[in-house]
Amino acid sequence: MATPCDSLAVPSFSASSSSIAGSGSSGSFSAVSSCNPIAGASAGYIAGSSSSVGLSSSSGDMQLTDLGIGTCARVVSVVQHDGKAPVELGRRLAELGFLPGEAVRIVAKGLMARAPIAVRIGTGTFALRLFEAACIRVRPEQPTA
Amino acid sequence: MEALASAPSPLIALVGNPNCGKTALFNILTGSRQKVANYAGVTVERKEGSLLTPSGLRVRILDLPGAYSLDPLTPDEQVTADVLLGRRAGETQPDFVVCVTDATNLRQNLRLVLSLKRLGLPMLVALNMSDIARRKGILIDSARLSQELGVPVVETVGVKAKGVRALVAQLDALGAPARERPLAVWRTPSAAELEHDQAEVRRILGLTGGDRLDGVTLSDRVDAVVLHPVAGPLILAVVLFLVFQAVFAWAQAPMDAIKFGVTAFGNWLGAALPASLLKDLLINGVLAGVGSVLVFLPQIIILFFFILMLEDSGYLPRAAFLLDRVMGSVGLSGRAFIPLLSSFACAIPGIMATRTIQNPRDRLATIMIAPLMTCSARLPVYALIIGAFIPQQTLWAGLQLQGVVLFVLYVLGVVGAMGVAFVLKRKGPGAGYQSLMLELPAYHWPNARGLAIGLWQRVEIFMSRVGTIILALMVILWALSSFPAPPPGAMGPPIQYSIAGHIGSWLAVLFAPIGFNWQISIALVPGLAAREVAVGALGTVYALSATGADVSGALTPLIAHSWSLPTALSLLAWYVFAPQCLSTLATVRRETNSWRYPIIMAAYLFGLAYVGSWITYHAALALLS
Repeated sequence: MATPCDSLAVPSFSASSSSIAGSGSSGSFSAVSSCNPIAGASAGYIAGSSSSVGLSSSSGDMQLTDLGIGTCARVVSVVQHDGKAPVELGRRLAELGFLPGEAVRIVAKGLMARAPIAVRIGTGTFALRLFEAACIRVRPEQPTA
Repeated sequence: MEALASAPSPLIALVGNPNCGKTALFNILTGSRQKVANYAGVTVERKEGSLLTPSGLRVRILDLPGAYSLDPLTPDEQVTADVLLGRRAGETQPDFVVCVTDATNLRQNLRLVLSLKRLGLPMLVALNMSDIARRKGILIDSARLSQELGVPVVETVGVKAKGVRALVAQLDALGAPARERPLAVWRTPSAAELEHDQAEVRRILGLTGGDRLDGVTLSDRVDAVVLHPVAGPLILAVVLFLVFQAVFAWAQAPMDAIKFGVTAFGNWLGAALPASLLKDLLINGVLAGVGSVLVFLPQIIILFFFILMLEDSGYLPRAAFLLDRVMGSVGLSGRAFIPLLSSFACAIPGIMATRTIQNPRDRLATIMIAPLMTCSARLPVYALIIGAFIPQQTLWAGLQLQGVVLFVLYVLGVVGAMGVAFVLKRKGPGAGYQSLMLELPAYHWPNARGLAIGLWQRVEIFMSRVGTIILALMVILWALSSFPAPPPGAMGPPIQYSIAGHIGSWLAVLFAPIGFNWQISIALVPGLAAREVAVGALGTVYALSATGADVSGALTPLIAHSWSLPTALSLLAWYVFAPQCLSTLATVRRETNSWRYPIIMAAYLFGLAYVGSWITYHAALALLS
């Protein structure tokens, strides 16, 4: 299923967003999707371990929507909109706390297809529609049981 | 009051994320000394109160709307940012900022603190809900936090008077405001700066504690049931159904008491006063009109009590989450649920609450269907007709037939609204993606004090409407119904010869195909000002036109006797759809800043009501013959 994150978009967040994506890191993400990350894996929680920057780290990444209920994960990046979604989407997600390195967990999913999901981010919980959640790439903390 | 603004009492702004307990803190600081109004030009609620500190300093406190960021996405956030930056016309820039944070959610809340610090206004941080944090085992070194943030930090408990002592002491020390206000400057942070802020938050929390990431919290365990894909919607349906049953069952005793009181007062007045036009006005105009509306206040209080409880406990956003998919299927967001639920109390606050919907098209659709939600002003009309025509009969499991009929009327309104929203979605321009991003705050027990204040503010609004608009209309209607006096030797009731009688007989022609008699037709005219007026109007029309023993009789047996069942059902259907409320249309005019939408709304609602009543009337006639 095509998600807003699958198509290319110019980051409208700010001029500097491409620079903090870091040299090389945005390239490394193109192997997974054509999304423009707000920030590469180099920012945030991986800052201490430079070895994890790059292609090798992206293999365990997934969209937040693919995460199972109760599985702990960390935000890797928040991608920009595809032109149809509100331009403020990426910025607002970041303002709500969806920033690289933050702990996330799915609290609830609806029964119906395309129902929103409830996501724990840090110490807060937000209901996100799927296209919003699809813009968030995460890495599970432990293998899914 | 405006002169006071120039007096040297400092203006304190409470700023914080939504759900940080800011309003509870505001309530405890200001008590009942609150003024609720709107910001000029917008419909964002403006709450100001005052506080007298122990040293005798009068402090003005402004409760700014909750905001996640100083880069606004909603009108609420726009107001907060504008006031803080001193660029909102008619608003004084605050002298001091109290940034209210949820001590159990500092990871999210501290980013706003860092943003506010960058503004350069003098500020302090209130660690609110510090009691809950302590109970959860979250220990925060507030002295260290103050040192790291470079601003004073006080612990507060927004639900206890003792819990704000430290904050009041800090405000006490402020003294008179400085003449020169510091210049607040704001620049939208880049993504890198946001991440840097979060890194800073993590660093500070690492030093001060308070960064305990809960595993599975109590709220999570509740959510596991409440947000369960199957159990959740069932619980929601039960909750809503129980509320509507309670509105009918619990309100009965106080309603009977009010009825008894009004009747006794009317009798006393009738005996005490000599026969005159004034006595006629007092008893048949004022007392009959206001009294029969006042009697439904218990139902309104109970309904608002439940809405406030659900809001305060944190269930309301969960309901929005559960309903998002259903709402989405008719082109609305889950966020539209809260304005629409508020519309069950009154469409006016509901329409105003649509400002939280970011997508303008989505917001407009919500405004257009808000009057279809069964507002509390319809309850007097429904209660009157249901009480008169639906037998008091218990179905299985203690269910009251009257309650079931009321529930059906609510459902009809919702189904109608969904149909209209669906049509609007089809006809509207491509919607694109609509955001939800709704916070689900941790559950907590509703605070009795906050509930009481919230309830009182809403009751006050309802009472002032009863006292002003309705009273005025009752007197006008009494005059319309009394003048001109019948010619000498006239045989019929006096109202037949009055202005109201002429208007009623003209409208009755228009409404005859849907079964309305001329008394109903008259009552619908003043009923345009507010739906509940129709009940008082019917009282006046019947009290004046009835003869003999009927004058002292209540309206209920009177209409039960003089209306047919199809007429009663047709009127119920009319009230589900008809825009019998000019205040709503005026609100839509203000919210959309155009006459186009209120006119479209009035036209489509009258059309829907006429068709709905016609079908109901003729179906009932066919079934009963």
